[in-house]
Amino acid sequence: MTRLIDLLTPLALVIALLAGWEIACRVLAVPVYLLPAPSAVWTSLISDWQALAAAAWTTLSMALIALAIASVGACSLALLGGLSPLIEKAIQPVAVSLQVTPVIAIAPLVMIWTGLDHPGRAIIVLATIVAFFPIYSGAATGLRAADPDLQRLFVLYGANRWQTLLRLRLPSALPALIEGHKVATSLAVIGAVVAEFVAGSGGAQGLAWRIVESANRLQTARVFAALFTLAVMAALLFKLVDILERRLLAWWRGR
Amino acid sequence: MIAALKSVEVHYARGVALGPVDLTLGEGEIVALVGPSGCGKSTAMRLLAGLEPPTRGEVTRAPERGETSLVFQAPTLAPWLSARDNVALPLELTGRPRAEARREADGWLARVGLSGSEGARPAQLSGGMAMRVSLARALATGPRLLLLDEPFAALDEITRRRLADDVLALWADLGPAILFVTHNVEEAVYMADRVVVMTPGPGRIAGEVIIDAPTPRPEGFRTTAQFREAAEAVSDVLARGGAA
Repeated sequence: MTRLIDLLTPLALVIALLAGWEIACRVLAVPVYLLPAPSAVWTSLISDWQALAAAAWTTLSMALIALAIASVGACSLALLGGLSPLIEKAIQPVAVSLQVTPVIAIAPLVMIWTGLDHPGRAIIVLATIVAFFPIYSGAATGLRAADPDLQRLFVLYGANRWQTLLRLRLPSALPALIEGHKVATSLAVIGAVVAEFVAGSGGAQGLAWRIVESANRLQTARVFAALFTLAVMAALLFKLVDILERRLLAWWRGR
Repeated sequence: MIAALKSVEVHYARGVALGPVDLTLGEGEIVALVGPSGCGKSTAMRLLAGLEPPTRGEVTRAPERGETSLVFQAPTLAPWLSARDNVALPLELTGRPRAEARREADGWLARVGLSGSEGARPAQLSGGMAMRVSLARALATGPRLLLLDEPFAALDEITRRRLADDVLALWADLGPAILFVTHNVEEAVYMADRVVVMTPGPGRIAGEVIIDAPTPRPEGFRTTAQFREAAEAVSDVLARGGAA
C-alpha cells in the first residue's frame, strides 16, 4: 500500500504540473516557438521518435565507449600506483589538475587534435576525460582501503607484492571501484552531451545536436522532445547502474 | 626458546610506547600477557611476530616464514571469501596448490567445530563462529608460535569460555607456543602456564605469576582455591604496578 502511494504521489505531481502547463498555454495563447504545450511536445515526440531514438543511441554509445576507455585507463594507472607509491605520487597531481579543468575549456584543443572532421572522436575523448577521475580516485582510494590487520597477516604469511595486490588490495577495493564507476557513468553522459554542444556540428548527430539544431530553427517542441528523451535515457541508465551496484556489493559482502 | 624480547623499547612520535621489557617464550609454552589498556601489549605482540622492529633492544625469533600465526580481537576475515577460502588463503600464499589448500581448510574448519559452514561468508556467521574461522586460519599453517591478541574480547561470556577450552584442547594436540594478550585477569589465569603482568603505558614487566595446574584445565577449575588465589595474585601485581 505504502509502495503504491510512494509510486503514485510523484506521478500525481507530474500530471498536475503538465495539466497546469497545458491549460496555461491554451488560456494565455503562448506562441508555440516560445513555450509549446505538453500536447505539442508529445506530438513531436511521436512523429520524431525514430530520429530521437537514433540520436539517443549515438549519445549513449559515445558515452559508453568513453566510460570503457576511462575505466581501462584509470584502473591500469591506479594499479600501477598501487604497485609503487612513487608512481602514485607522480600521477595524483596530474589527475587532479585534469579533473579541476572544465572540460569545455579543453574542448577546442581536443577538436583540433582529433581532426575537425571527426567530432565523434572529440566527444569520446572529452567524455573520457570527464569519466576518468572518479574511477581513478575510487580505484586509488579502494586500493588503500584494505584492513590493516589483514595486511599484517599477509606480511606474516610472506606474501609478495603481487599476491598482496591481487588477493588483498584489489578485492578490498571493489566497493570503492563500483562507486567510482557509478559516478563516472552519469558523468560520461553529461560529458558526451556537453562535448556535443561544444563540437556544435552535425558530424555527430546525438541528442545535444538535435537540441541545438531544433533551437536554431525555433522548433521548440522538438527541443523539449529531445530533452525528454535525454532525461529518460539518463534515468534508465542510472537505474540500471544502481541495480548492478547493489547486486555486486551484496555478492562482495556475502549477503 | 621460540621468541624473546631483550631490553626492548618502542618509541613512537607521541612518546615511549613500550619498555624496556624482557620476555622469553619457551617452546610449547602458554604465556598470558596482562595489563591495562594502552600499556603496549599489542606492540609487544607485533614485535614477537616480527611485524615491527624495536627502537632499542633485541628481538630473537626462532620460527621461519609461515610458522607464526596471529589472531586479532576482530575475526579479520576477508568478507569476499568463504570460510573455506579464508582458511585456505595462508596455505595458498605459501604456494600450496588450490585444491589441496581447500581440502586442508575443510579439515581445519572441522577441528574448530565448523563442519557444514565451509561455504558460508563471514557476514553469515555469528561472532563466535567467525572467531573460530580466524582460529582455524591461524592453525592451518601449523605455527610454532601462535599470538592471540585479545581474541575473545568481543564475544559473550558463554562463547568465550567455550572457545578458551577449545584453544587449550587444540594446543594439547598441536603444541605451539602461545602468547595470549588480554586485560581479563581470570581469562589469563585460566589460559596460561605463566601470567606476565605489565604496568600502565609505557608498559614494563610488573611481575609474573606461575599457574601450576594441568592444561587443558580440569572441569570446575574456575571454582578451585588455586584459581582464585592465582587470580588474586595477578590482581595484586597489577595493583602494585599502578593499574588499579
